[in-house]
Amino acid sequence: MEAEEKSYFSYYIVGFILSLILTLATYFIVTLHLLALKDITLTISSLAVAQATVQLFLFLRIGQEKKPHWKMTVFLFMMLVLVIIVIGSLWIMYSLNYNVMPGEMDVR
Amino acid sequence: MTEESLVWNGDPHDSASMINVGFWTYIMTDCILFGTLFATYIVLQNSVFSGPTSHELFSPPYALAETLILLGSSFSCGLAGIAARQNNKNKVLFWYFITFLLGISFVVMEVLEFIDFNDRGASWKRSGFLSAFYTLVGTHGSHICVGLFWMIVMMLQVAFKGLTSFTLRRLSCLGVFWHFLDVVWIFIFTYVYMRGVQ
Repeated sequence: MEAEEKSYFSYYIVGFILSLILTLATYFIVTLHLLALKDITLTISSLAVAQATVQLFLFLRIGQEKKPHWKMTVFLFMMLVLVIIVIGSLWIMYSLNYNVMPGEMDVR
Repeated sequence: MTEESLVWNGDPHDSASMINVGFWTYIMTDCILFGTLFATYIVLQNSVFSGPTSHELFSPPYALAETLILLGSSFSCGLAGIAARQNNKNKVLFWYFITFLLGISFVVMEVLEFIDFNDRGASWKRSGFLSAFYTLVGTHGSHICVGLFWMIVMMLQVAFKGLTSFTLRRLSCLGVFWHFLDVVWIFIFTYVYMRGVQ
């Protein structure tokens, strides 16, 4: 019943420190204006995704189940649905805003 | 809470693993819920209707403090999970108590922030931006409150029943729930507070 009594302590310490670094990096990049405005969004998005990945793998430990990989399968499916919904909604709303909303003072 | 609980071979009698997989599936649906709230927020974030904007309202140090508190609580929750594996009841209670204190600090900070915004005229009825903000951040905050309540119940159950397979299974679900809330907050911090003040 008690398989290898693996201590996950190092996972949590590493995860915590990495998350801390990534959070502070985002914070200081934004508040100290360390990057040009146009670069900021992409950078902090990447930092956020990186931190989420760190927490998913180290805190939530999703990569570590043995076969069958139920959790990973469900997770990947969720990501697919999420990407479709979020990117789809943003695309549609942006397109509607551009095509339908009046008063944009476009120089045509 | 052993390696077994991470694997479910489809056996309906292996309830611990099955329940963990089922709970994980619920968490995945919750991610989609938050995804839709994020999409709504992103669409509406500039719809300020001549009212308060994110630049006027959000305080970066305040948001950072909330973030670090929640991150700390996720870490202490992890330590509680380790203690559960070690079958150390008192350590489990201690670390969940720390997690609870950090979690309640977070909620208090968030409620004070909402009250402050409301006093400054930035109510959820003021603009599309604010409606979306309160819905997204408020939904996350409600999840945190539910988690805190669940934590109290679990601390009582562990205190009185000890670390049985029953309580261990529930603790592992609570741990997943709490870590998931911190993952969602990463995106709230980044896309709401950080983007809002750049």
